[in-house]
Amino acid sequence: MTAHPPRLKFVSSNRRVREDRRFVVGQGRYVADIVVDEMLHVAIVPSQHPAARIVSIDTSQALTMPGVVYALTGEELAKAVDPLMNGLDTPKVRRYPLAVGQVRYAGEWVVAVVAESRAQAEDAIEKVRIEYEPLPYVIDAEEAITAASAKVHPEHGTNVLLDRTFVWGEVDRHFAESPRHLKFQVKWGRNSTVPIETFGVVAKWDPWREMLDVWASIQMPKYPDQISRALRIPANNVRVHHDVDVGGSYGVKRGIKQTVLVSHLSRIIGRPVRLIEDRLENMRAGDAHGPERLFDVEVAFNDRGIVKSMKMRALDNVGAYAGRSPFQLGKPIGAIVGPYKIESVQYRAIATLSNKAAQEAVRGFGQSPTNYAIETAIDKVAGALGLDRIEVRRRNFIRSDEFPYLIPSGTHYDSGDYHTVVDKVLRHADYDALVRERDALRASGMMAGIGIAACLEPSGGNSSFEPLLNEKNTTTTWMDSCRINIDGVGFVTVAIHTTSSGQGHETLAATVVGEVLEIDPDKIRIVRPDSLASLPSNTPVGSRMAIMMGGACYHAAQKLKSKLTQIAAHQFGVAENDAVYAQGNVTDPRSGKTLSWIDLVNIGHRQYHALPPGMDPGLETTHVMQVPTATKLPEDGRVQMYPCHSFEFHLVLVAFDPEIAKPQIRRYVIGHDCGTVINPHIVKGMTLGGIAHGLGATLLEEFVYDDEGQILTQTFMDYLLPSSHEMPDVEIVHHCTPSPFTVFGQKGSGESGYLGAPAAISGAINDAVSSLGISFSRLPIRIAAISDAIAAADKIKKG
Amino acid sequence: MKVSLNVNGRTREAEVEPRKTLLDTLREDLSLVGSHAGCEHGVCGACTILLDGEPVRSCLMFAAQADGYAITTIEGLAPAPGELSVLQDAFCETHGMQCGYCTPGMILAAQALLQRVTEPSREDIVDAISGNICRCTGYGQIVEAIELAAERLRQVNMPRSSANADNAPAAPHGDRS
Repeated sequence: MTAHPPRLKFVSSNRRVREDRRFVVGQGRYVADIVVDEMLHVAIVPSQHPAARIVSIDTSQALTMPGVVYALTGEELAKAVDPLMNGLDTPKVRRYPLAVGQVRYAGEWVVAVVAESRAQAEDAIEKVRIEYEPLPYVIDAEEAITAASAKVHPEHGTNVLLDRTFVWGEVDRHFAESPRHLKFQVKWGRNSTVPIETFGVVAKWDPWREMLDVWASIQMPKYPDQISRALRIPANNVRVHHDVDVGGSYGVKRGIKQTVLVSHLSRIIGRPVRLIEDRLENMRAGDAHGPERLFDVEVAFNDRGIVKSMKMRALDNVGAYAGRSPFQLGKPIGAIVGPYKIESVQYRAIATLSNKAAQEAVRGFGQSPTNYAIETAIDKVAGALGLDRIEVRRRNFIRSDEFPYLIPSGTHYDSGDYHTVVDKVLRHADYDALVRERDALRASGMMAGIGIAACLEPSGGNSSFEPLLNEKNTTTTWMDSCRINIDGVGFVTVAIHTTSSGQGHETLAATVVGEVLEIDPDKIRIVRPDSLASLPSNTPVGSRMAIMMGGACYHAAQKLKSKLTQIAAHQFGVAENDAVYAQGNVTDPRSGKTLSWIDLVNIGHRQYHALPPGMDPGLETTHVMQVPTATKLPEDGRVQMYPCHSFEFHLVLVAFDPEIAKPQIRRYVIGHDCGTVINPHIVKGMTLGGIAHGLGATLLEEFVYDDEGQILTQTFMDYLLPSSHEMPDVEIVHHCTPSPFTVFGQKGSGESGYLGAPAAISGAINDAVSSLGISFSRLPIRIAAISDAIAAADKIKKG
Repeated sequence: MKVSLNVNGRTREAEVEPRKTLLDTLREDLSLVGSHAGCEHGVCGACTILLDGEPVRSCLMFAAQADGYAITTIEGLAPAPGELSVLQDAFCETHGMQCGYCTPGMILAAQALLQRVTEPSREDIVDAISGNICRCTGYGQIVEAIELAAERLRQVNMPRSSANADNAPAAPHGDRS
C-alpha cells in the first residue's frame, strides 16, 4: 500500500481533457484515415443460411471483374493459419476468419474479395457463386443445450461450452432455515455497445524486413500475440501501431478475425490490405454482439427482507463460436452478491453455442446483466413483504465498517459507504417529493413508477476468471506499464502502451506524472510507441486504466523523483531522505542549497562523474505494475477477482401514457462513488454515457433473430440507439470512499452508469405497471411490449 | 466525371465515378477526413457537413449533387492553425466528447443551430443534435458545450457570422432575440 500524497494539485481538478483538441477540429487519426501506398480493399460474401454445408464456391466470374486482385475462401485460408484463440479449453470449436466447410450463422463471412477499391470489391462479391446444402440449426439457448438439438460444431459433441456449478457457503442449510423463498426468471436481450465507428484494420506485410505492420481500431489485450499465433509468425514480426484513435469500443473492438484475414491477404498478395466493415458487416457478422442471458434466480430471506442465500442459474447464448465471450459468465462472480451481505450462493453458469453471430466482450463483461438479475430479486423480496425497496436494500447492505469485506465467492471488496451514498441521493432528490410526484402523475391518468438500483462496478481488471473457468489457464497477472524520460533539454515524455477509445488516457498519464513530479501536466508529452517498442499492457478493459495505468505512471514518476533526489543528495553530501524535492528542484534544508531541475538534468545527461556511484546515466524510469490484491490462482472455486469496487445508486422516475406507452424519464439521479476521481470531466462522461448505454439496453436495443435464423436488426433504422431525445438530464451525486489498494485511492469508472441503469429503468417501468398486476421480465422492454401488456391487462380487468 | 466543389471557401476539383458519395469524395479525393462514415444509411450523423449552412448527411448524396453549394466541413471551422472556434473551444471546456468520432458532425449540427438562434433553449439544442448519435457521452456534456458556446457568442462584440466561423455564409440571426 502506498501512502497518499498529502495534497493533490492536479488530480481531481477540473482540467481539460487534452485529447479533445484534435477531435474538435476533425484531426483525430482513425483507422479509416490511414492510407498506405498500394493499399487494396476487401469486401465480404456473407452466408445466407444459419447453418449449411458449403458444397462449392465459384469465384471465377468475380475474378474477371474490374480491379479485382484476389478471392479468398475459408478452405484456402485454413491451410495457412491456425484457428483463432478460444478462452475455454474447447479445441474442437474451431474458428477461422472465413467459414471452413460449413457456415454457422446467417451473415458469417464466407469469401473475401480483394480489389483496387472497396466499390470494385463490392461489385465483385455479387459474382461469387456458392452452393449450399442447408443443415439443421438452433437459435434458442434452452433448446440448444438439449441432447436432441442441432449441433453447431458437431465435432465438439454438444452445444455446451461451459456448465459449471459453484457452491459458496451453506446454501442448502440457509434455504432450509429461511422462512421465505421466491424464484423468478429474467432475460437480458442480445445487444451490444455498437460504436459509431465500425471495426477497421490495415495490414502490410513486408517480406524483406519480415514485418507485419497493423493499424487497427482495436481494444484488445494480447492482440499482437494472437495475430502471431494465428499467422504462425514470430511475435516480433508483428508491429501494431498504437497511435490510432479508436472511434468507440466499450469492449467490443477486438477484430481478430478481421486482422488475421487482411494480414494473410497482405502476405499472399504482397500489398497492404484494408478492411473497414460497413454497417451491415458490422452488425450481423462483426462478431461483436454482447451477452444474451437467461437468469433463473431463487432467494431465501426472512420477514425483515434480509436475504440469506441465492441460487442463480445463468444461461448465456454465446453464438456460433467460443472466443473469449464465455468468460463473461465468470467476471460477475467477483461481485455475485452485489452490495449485499448474502451469505451463500449457488451459481450455475452455462454457455451454449447457437447459430447466431459470435459474441465479444461488452462493457462490464457480463456484470450489468447479473446486476439486473440481483436487483430484480431485491425488488421482488420487497414486493413480497410489502416493504419499501430502499429500506430492504439498506438492511442488506454491507456496512462501511465491515470493509475489507469477504464475499462468499472469494473476493474481498476494498471499501465503500453504501448507506451514506443512498442517504445523499435521497436528500438530493427529495425522495418524498419524488414519490408525491409519481402519485400525482398516476392520479392524472399516467402510468408512473420509481426505479431503484444499487450495484457495484468491480474495477482494476484482473483476469482471474480465466483460471477459474479454465484450469489449463494459469494467469495471475494483468499488468500495465509506464515509461518516463526526461530529455537532455529537460522536457518530460511519458510512454503509454495501448490504444485508447475515448477514455482520455493521455490526460490521465499527464495528470498523474505531473502530480508526482509537481510539474505542469500540460508540458508533458504523451506518446504511444508501437507494440514492439512497448512495455506490457492489457489495454483498457475491466475499468482498469485509472488504477493500473494511473498506478504505473505514479510508480514510474516516484522512481524518477527518487533518482533526481538522489543525484542532488549526492551533491549535497546528505542522505536521500534528508533532501527535499519540490516542484522539480531539490533542496538541502540544513545547508539551504538548492539544485534546480535544469541542474539535475545536466548532471543526469552529461556529468557521469557527478552521479552517485553505481547510478546509471540518463533520466529514465519504467514501472510494470501488478494488479493490486492479485497474488494467487483460484482455490476451491474461489478467487480474488478485481481489486476495487465502485458503488452506484440509481433513482429514476419514469412516466408514460398507458396507450402510447413510450417511457419518458422524468428524473434521473445517480449517486456515484468511485473513490478519488482523477479527472472529473472524464468520470462524468463515463457515467452519463453508461446510463445512455443502459437506457438503450433496457428500452431499445436488441439483435433480433427470426425463426429462420436470420438477423432482423442490421441497420440503425431497426437497431435503435438512444438519441438526445431519449436521454434525460442526469443529476450526479458524488461521494468519495478511497480505495486502500490504489495510489490515490481511485477506483474504476469506465462502466459506471451502465451497470445499474437497466435494473433501475426496468424497475421503474415495473413499478408503473404494478397496479395492473403485470411486470416485464425481459429486456429490452420496447414500447410495443408495454402497450400490448397494458391492453391485455385492461381486457382481463374489463372481463 | 469531373466535379467542382466549393469546400470551406475554396473551389476544389475531383475526378470521380458518378456513383461516388460526397462523403467518400471529401475523404478520398480531397483528403478532408474529418467527416466520418458511421452507418452510411443516413441515421447516425457522423458524416454531417453543412450545405449552404444547413446540416446534411454527406453519405446520402453524390458528390455531383453538391456542385453549386457552399460546403462546410469540420476542417473549415478553426479560424487558424492551432486556434479553435468558440464552439470548438466550448466542446473542449465541457469535454463534450470521448472518442471523437461523432464530434465533427455534432459540432457542425450545433454550428448550424447557433447560426440561426442566439439564445437556444435546451429543447432547441436537443432537437438540433437529435440526428447525431453519440455512443460515448449520453449527450449531457455536448448540450452543456453548446449552451456555453451560445453564451460566449452572445458576449462577443461582433456580428454572428464572423464570430462563429470563417466560411459559414451569413444567415439571418436570432429567431429568439
